[in-house]
Amino acid sequence: MAVEKFETSLKKLEEVVKKLEGGELSLEDSLKAFEEGVRQAAFCNKKLNEAEQRVEMLLKQKDGSFGKVPFRLDDE
Amino acid sequence: MELFGEKRILTVTQLTGLIRGVLEENFEHVWVEGEISNLAMPASGHLYFTLKDAGAQLRCVMFRASTRALKFKPRDGMGLIVRGRLTVYDQRGDYQLLVEYLEPRGLGALQMAFIQLKERLAKEGLFAEEHKRPIPRLPRRIGIVTSATGAAIHDILTVLNRRFANLEILLYPVRVQGEGAAAEIAGAIRDFNRLGMADVLIVGRGGGSLEDLWAFNEEEVARAIHQSRIPVISAVGHEVDFTIADFVADLRAPTPSAAAELVVRSKSELVAEVDSLSHRLLQAIDRRLAELGGEVQVLSRSLKDPTLLLGHLAQRVDDLAGRLTLACRGGEERRRHLVQVLVNRLRLQNPEVEVERGRELLLGLTNRAERAMERRLENAREGIAFSAGKLEALSPLATLARGYAIANLLPEGTVIRQSSQLAAGDRLSLRFSKGSALCRVDSCED
Repeated sequence: MAVEKFETSLKKLEEVVKKLEGGELSLEDSLKAFEEGVRQAAFCNKKLNEAEQRVEMLLKQKDGSFGKVPFRLDDE
Repeated sequence: MELFGEKRILTVTQLTGLIRGVLEENFEHVWVEGEISNLAMPASGHLYFTLKDAGAQLRCVMFRASTRALKFKPRDGMGLIVRGRLTVYDQRGDYQLLVEYLEPRGLGALQMAFIQLKERLAKEGLFAEEHKRPIPRLPRRIGIVTSATGAAIHDILTVLNRRFANLEILLYPVRVQGEGAAAEIAGAIRDFNRLGMADVLIVGRGGGSLEDLWAFNEEEVARAIHQSRIPVISAVGHEVDFTIADFVADLRAPTPSAAAELVVRSKSELVAEVDSLSHRLLQAIDRRLAELGGEVQVLSRSLKDPTLLLGHLAQRVDDLAGRLTLACRGGEERRRHLVQVLVNRLRLQNPEVEVERGRELLLGLTNRAERAMERRLENAREGIAFSAGKLEALSPLATLARGYAIANLLPEGTVIRQSSQLAAGDRLSLRFSKGSALCRVDSCED
């Protein structure tokens, strides 16, 4: 699920940052870690911006399936 | 009819009928309080019991049609207030109270029902912590089970709109009070699960009386929440209202607005978290590169004078030996001895001879090593410039402003990381902090 992927990605980003901050990595590994971090940060941001605000109401049809209609508050 | 004037003989049935008439006419609507005993509920579904106090007893029967409206289960010993009418059970010659309604004395009937259901479900483990599913931190679709016209959906949407949360909200309209409300709420939770239409559910309604909130105290709703694979946030009434649904839910929000706050707060927290991590990432790589650059300088200086390096190594051996001894202080004699042996062995492996032999080789390598390290550092800087370009979209830092440029091969736009990607005559776009330039490659070198 998309939700789980986001949380895994955030966790990976956190690990990479901590590793890099630890200052034990070689030059090569530092760069690899950095690139990995950039990738994860980009993914997280993408997920955060992905969903558009949309409010819909479900309407149950006679055959048990569902239709969706946009929902607005009366006082809007 | 004159019963006592002359000798008129009645059958038992006739007399009983007369008595019944008198009783039914005069005790058509009475309220009585007392304690239940001899409670029996046979398969017929009728309820038989005796209501008693210190001085008397009254036989009572409640027919199945009336018991169905009972929210709680009467038990022997319970104090009751009952309403009904008196009648006579002809076959036995007993008079009895036909109970139409009863409630526990002291507590209201609904309160009693609430306590009983809560006890029963708790015993069954429906409220246990280990059943609580974690609420996803970034739900994409939020399912809301409430009335389409109630205060709850109004409050929730007001909060979400104010915070510009980019969320997909799916309202499943249900009745939240009255006959059939519980079944609709439970059905909606099951439908969301069956169709997998949401990552998290908010189930609730605005404030109201205990009767108004009652649907959320029904067993059917509790079971539906318990069985839901989608995490459920309950949001019923006001802060002070606790319903059975609140106990079963994976998370209780004190009000519908609070449920919405919970969802958006977690989102803005996430945005801040990712921002801060991106920032730290950039700082860490900058610091690391500076450190590595420093090490290269130190190393090249040392390489120029191997005796200095030797001195350092000797010092390190002493230092390590010292630390080893320190670490073992207070230990057994044997261990101290072992340390001494180890220290001696370390001393025997003094690198002086090796270094002497390698001195020439070392000196020869010095220049090459220096150049190689510088080149690697240069490559690294290019790598950073490239990655920083990507990070620009995420990070407030304008990395390019630090003087880096990104070279993109035209027309594909491939980012150039080494000259071997290029051939003479290729066209490049160089992107600077401000603006860009179109370039042509004259020649390439490694």
